[in-house]
Amino acid sequence: MSLLRVRSLSAFYGSFQALFDVSLEADEGETVAVIGANGAGKSTVLRAIAGALPVTPAAVEFDGRRVGGGPAHELVARGIVMVPEGRRIFPSLSVEENLRVGAYRGRPGPWSLARVYDLFPVLAARRGQPGTNLSGGEQQMLAIGRGLMANPRVLLVDEISLGLAPLVVRALYQVLRAVTREGTTAILVDQDVSEIMQLAQRVYCLRKGAVSLEGRPADLTRHRIAAAYFGV
Amino acid sequence: MAWVDTVLQGLMLGGLYALFATGLSLIFGVMRVVNLAHGDLSILAAFVAVVVVEALGLNPLLALLLVVPLMAALGFVLQVVILNRLLGRGILPPILVTFGFSIIIQNALLETFSADSRRLNPGGIETASLSLGSGLAVGWFPFITLAAAVLILVGLQLVISRTSVGRAFRATSDDHETAELMGIDNRRLYGLAMALSLGIVAVAGVFLGIRTTFAFSSGPDRLLFAFEAVIIGGLGSLWGTLVGGAVLGIAQTVGAKLSPGWGILTGHLVFLAVLLLRPQGLFTRGRRIS
Repeated sequence: MSLLRVRSLSAFYGSFQALFDVSLEADEGETVAVIGANGAGKSTVLRAIAGALPVTPAAVEFDGRRVGGGPAHELVARGIVMVPEGRRIFPSLSVEENLRVGAYRGRPGPWSLARVYDLFPVLAARRGQPGTNLSGGEQQMLAIGRGLMANPRVLLVDEISLGLAPLVVRALYQVLRAVTREGTTAILVDQDVSEIMQLAQRVYCLRKGAVSLEGRPADLTRHRIAAAYFGV
Repeated sequence: MAWVDTVLQGLMLGGLYALFATGLSLIFGVMRVVNLAHGDLSILAAFVAVVVVEALGLNPLLALLLVVPLMAALGFVLQVVILNRLLGRGILPPILVTFGFSIIIQNALLETFSADSRRLNPGGIETASLSLGSGLAVGWFPFITLAAAVLILVGLQLVISRTSVGRAFRATSDDHETAELMGIDNRRLYGLAMALSLGIVAVAGVFLGIRTTFAFSSGPDRLLFAFEAVIIGGLGSLWGTLVGGAVLGIAQTVGAKLSPGWGILTGHLVFLAVLLLRPQGLFTRGRRIS
């Protein structure tokens, strides 16, 4: 049975409708990819799941409960944790303090400072520095580590590749592969399809706020994905 | 020697100003909100102390044990029940609402306690003095005030830099949306910040009431001095607030020594000079808060 189920989700920014009847689901332990062009509504889906948007309670069901509309901080306590787009590192906090903020709710689980430092040794070496002194790739590591510190049941990762070199992006996806292998459910959003398709067991493609394609990566041809992505 | 004495007195007066300013600075640092009722809330705390002292026959310094938690609880309730409703609606609504609080508190105090000036009597300590040799002496009470200000600032600094709540204050101040996504309940956190702020301003109000007379209308002046101390020291910097309080206190006592009518004016002039020459304040580093 699904751990997370999004049902007929519609979302609005003021009078602008960003999502139309989007439905998706993720089983426990599954990695789900949400792809689509810029402005297709991918981030909006993640923000709705995280409780950061005012949607109806029934639109998001997590572990059998209706949780749509948040509040976001309570969903973190239940295990829905977001690595936000653009990393959003807290500039006044050191690297280690940024990680500790991730553990604010004190959810029990396998992740600790020591384990995050094992995963990203570069963060351990720079633990005392301001978080925003790190390079873009390192800040993305910090954002992922901060999310893991919350011991997520579902990790939502928004645009991990944003502004990063392909090699760095590949290394980050390697880390995510290691994390999801341990059983953490993940929903990954990206414009860059190549890496994400190798990781995901289920793919949803969004176009203009609606699901244009869904399936298992092995069943989908490049041609069908391109058609769903660009609408050609 | 007389000048050394003047500066010393000013420094200790600065301790009191720093106490008033700390709560204002904390609230601005965490929420980016200016609490215009801050001064009136300190006077409210002094009147609460009057009631406690009269009802229980306590020394006002002991009454702090009751007044501080009461004011902290009031702060939490005010924030959670009323001020949190104004979040995300721009800077004007909190200013208008706290200005309204200011007027309500003053009139409620006038109705309840009349327009008479009051004073809190701590039983002799307010006139005792401590000799420092070579003709210098400082009053015990101003000395205690300064010591309390330093202790409270050190304590607050430790809370902000070392504890989970302190990290949450800084994270929320940086980026409240992302803080919420990390599991921080901003509304409750703002309640805690207001509770801390009013707990500290309660100490300031009671110390003020021991040092000098106060009445229902004494609040706005306190707010003005607190503002000046915060701006001189640099917004959001706690140590800056202590230095800002000291600079303002010294300016006022030195001015008053030059001519008795010049005390407050000299404080304002120093404030204006800082605003002109170093508008970011004396102690602001790159980042705000703490």
